[in-house]
Amino acid sequence: MNDWTRDEMMTVAAARQLWDGCVCFVGIGLPSAACNLARLTHAPDVVLIYESGTLETRPDVLPLSIGDGELADTAACVIPLPEVFSYLLQAGRVDVGFLGAAQVDRYGNLNSTVIGPYDAPKTRLPGAGGATEIAAHARQTFVMLKATPRSLVAQLDFRTSGGFLEGNGARARTSMRGTGPQSVITDFGVLKPHPASDELQLSALFDGTTVDEARAATGWPLKVAATVETIAPPTKIELETLRALHARTREAHRRPVRLPA
Amino acid sequence: MTSKITTLRDAIAAHVRDGACVALEGFTHLIPFAAGHEIIRQGRRNLHLVRMTPDLIYDQMIGMGCASKLTFSWGGNPGVGSLHRLRDAVEHQWPAPLALDEHTHAGVAAAYSAGAAGLPFATLRGYLGTDLPSVNPRIRSVDCPFTGERLAAVPALNPDVTILHAQRADRRGNVAMYGIVGAQREAAFAARTLVVTVEEIVDELPSAMNGIVLPHWIVSAVAQCRGGAYPSYVHGHYARDNGFYQRWDTIARERDGFLAWMQQHVLASRDHATFLASLREVA
Repeated sequence: MNDWTRDEMMTVAAARQLWDGCVCFVGIGLPSAACNLARLTHAPDVVLIYESGTLETRPDVLPLSIGDGELADTAACVIPLPEVFSYLLQAGRVDVGFLGAAQVDRYGNLNSTVIGPYDAPKTRLPGAGGATEIAAHARQTFVMLKATPRSLVAQLDFRTSGGFLEGNGARARTSMRGTGPQSVITDFGVLKPHPASDELQLSALFDGTTVDEARAATGWPLKVAATVETIAPPTKIELETLRALHARTREAHRRPVRLPA
Repeated sequence: MTSKITTLRDAIAAHVRDGACVALEGFTHLIPFAAGHEIIRQGRRNLHLVRMTPDLIYDQMIGMGCASKLTFSWGGNPGVGSLHRLRDAVEHQWPAPLALDEHTHAGVAAAYSAGAAGLPFATLRGYLGTDLPSVNPRIRSVDCPFTGERLAAVPALNPDVTILHAQRADRRGNVAMYGIVGAQREAAFAARTLVVTVEEIVDELPSAMNGIVLPHWIVSAVAQCRGGAYPSYVHGHYARDNGFYQRWDTIARERDGFLAWMQQHVLASRDHATFLASLREVA
């Protein structure tokens, strides 16, 4: 029995992919935890940008929303939203974009719009937000999601954000400036694109996880890279830092807010 | 010169008509909840609502039948999950069908900027690799006349009325805001009519230099409304009530529970101060 959860392993594995000084566009949820864990461990000078325009923010607790006051209070500066998308993202000034999605296909294309037909949805999801342009213009993107055959799917219900499109170099023939999804971090391990076909393949497993388990959680016939690494379990420092961050966050979010008078 | 300082009730009555295109902007911070509640109380119908991130206040307005169309780019309860009333309108047409004009954040930000500049459309290197243009005929493309690059084009957004909440205004109607400012400045300059609620009205605003001030001659009406962004927040005044955002998931999940809550707290309250008092009673 591991003394860490799959969520913790995912977060740690994602954090390790960030390097000190990299400029990172952060999403809410697991990516936010991963980015701040990196900042609090091996990458103290990682530049975290939240979509709300908070640049180089160093929150003490994780925000619930993309624009909690904590993010503004601890930011180097706060800029208007149109500048976030034009001056930073579209102009190519972001190294890493973190994305989540309801569905991912074998070419790393993402759906966060709708399950079922667009005009008669079974489940209406929140929609694109910043994801479409993050996917296009961040120099590379990391995708985080829990793997099930319903999330890693053969066919998206809707393509919200482009990964490698139809694969085999299709993305490189567009005006998308970034290199696309270079890592899909799941709760069994990490998928990376094949250098020629762009198809996502199993490239690393968490300690104690098997190829069969990965295949069972994937809705297409998952290919396996020539060598599959085993990702080292979280270190003591990683686990303690992450758990302390979550504990601070829980306490802060529990604190009652005084209604304005 | 007639004063622009008025009450929220009079500002909504004077400026928000049935069928109008209305943007209540605010990116997590400074969301004009009090103004949205007043629109619900006054029973406006067939509004075309515009906002990058429709959150709880649009969930409430849609669930109460105020809207027939929504221009947006992300519709969820941030960090919590779905907007159940928005979903019910889209999935089951309850309480009324809701037409969607769906974009990305970059697209809406550019469309507001174009609207603010009086241009007919915005262009951006956006909407690449997405199915959105196939479901929204207003997302088109244009070839750059200099390089030939194909770029996305979206029509300018020019709301009939933009409604914002800010920290303060002076008596002439200059409005100052700081903190996370989203696309509020663009939505303000893009609007035909601008209505603002503020925490306080002061004799003189501090010198702003590079801060955001919406100049009095683009502002149609200012109403003081303390706590007017709650459960969203106002930097320097009160924090975001994340607990309320989490509770909203339960309140809004079923139609009956939603309607009962709206009746008890919004419709039965004559104004925002009474609304806040009604929440204090149940706390």
